[in-house]
Amino acid sequence: MAESTVAMPETEQTQAVTQAENPSVETTRPREYSLTPPVDIYETPESLVVMADMPGIDPAHLDVRVDNDILTLRGQTQHQASGDPRYREYTLMSFFRQFELGERIDQEGIRADLKHGVLTLTLPKAAQAQPRAITINAA
Amino acid sequence: MATWNPWQHMERVRRDIDHAFEQAGWQTNGHNGHHGHNGRTFQTAFLPGRAARAYPLVNVNEDAQALYVTALAPGLDPAAVQVSVQDNRLTIAGEKQRLSTDIQPEAFHRSERAAGKFVRTVTLPVEVEQEHVQADYKHGLLTVTLPKAEKAKPTQITVSLGA
Repeated sequence: MAESTVAMPETEQTQAVTQAENPSVETTRPREYSLTPPVDIYETPESLVVMADMPGIDPAHLDVRVDNDILTLRGQTQHQASGDPRYREYTLMSFFRQFELGERIDQEGIRADLKHGVLTLTLPKAAQAQPRAITINAA
Repeated sequence: MATWNPWQHMERVRRDIDHAFEQAGWQTNGHNGHHGHNGRTFQTAFLPGRAARAYPLVNVNEDAQALYVTALAPGLDPAAVQVSVQDNRLTIAGEKQRLSTDIQPEAFHRSERAAGKFVRTVTLPVEVEQEHVQADYKHGLLTVTLPKAEKAKPTQITVSLGA
């Protein structure tokens, strides 16, 4: 499963942000900096499982898609801390990461589950990509 | 009587610089060669790497009434997180759950998420009311609200207009 970065079609969310900031000017630079979430990816006979640490993301602002064998994880953090900052060790920004899927994935069966800031994504392999035991006929 | 020793002073500066680099995830070749870095130098901006270093990362915010400590700790079991305050020290302890051991090592394509037990102590800048400390875990962020002790709260002083 190779990591890759491809141009993404703008989502309504990002479009809204750009237009609100600057209605007339088009920009060629990335609109925002983003963080790369660390992931665990493992394979079971039926599926690929992707787990990503994405703290501060709520399900409504998480966008997971598979398009042309490219898996994209994108999340916008909405966390607002009270008070004025006094000491900082991290900055929460949006998360972004892409992977190229080597296996055929059954797109209908993808399940995503976000719990305590950890995204668990189950990508079932398409039937033709699953291992098949071939019965040997004894002559 | 203490005399000024320039070498000692330089040594202190060197240690401060090493410390600053360590905080940024860079391994210096000096006294901390035991950190298991797997040959990697810079880690992801803030996320848990495999290096032995402060975990979880915390941000501290403050307003007139309270301190807010926000720790970046995804994947914890909220029931097992221990938050305690003693004097002006806040301690957060817990365990980030490991993946099930049923998964064969060769089934992994990537394994970047660190896991395991942790404990971190943060020294607070002011006195707090220990009985009213609250902790809240949401979306992988642990927020501890520590109301300030009465004597640590700022007092508004009215300036009287001189005659």
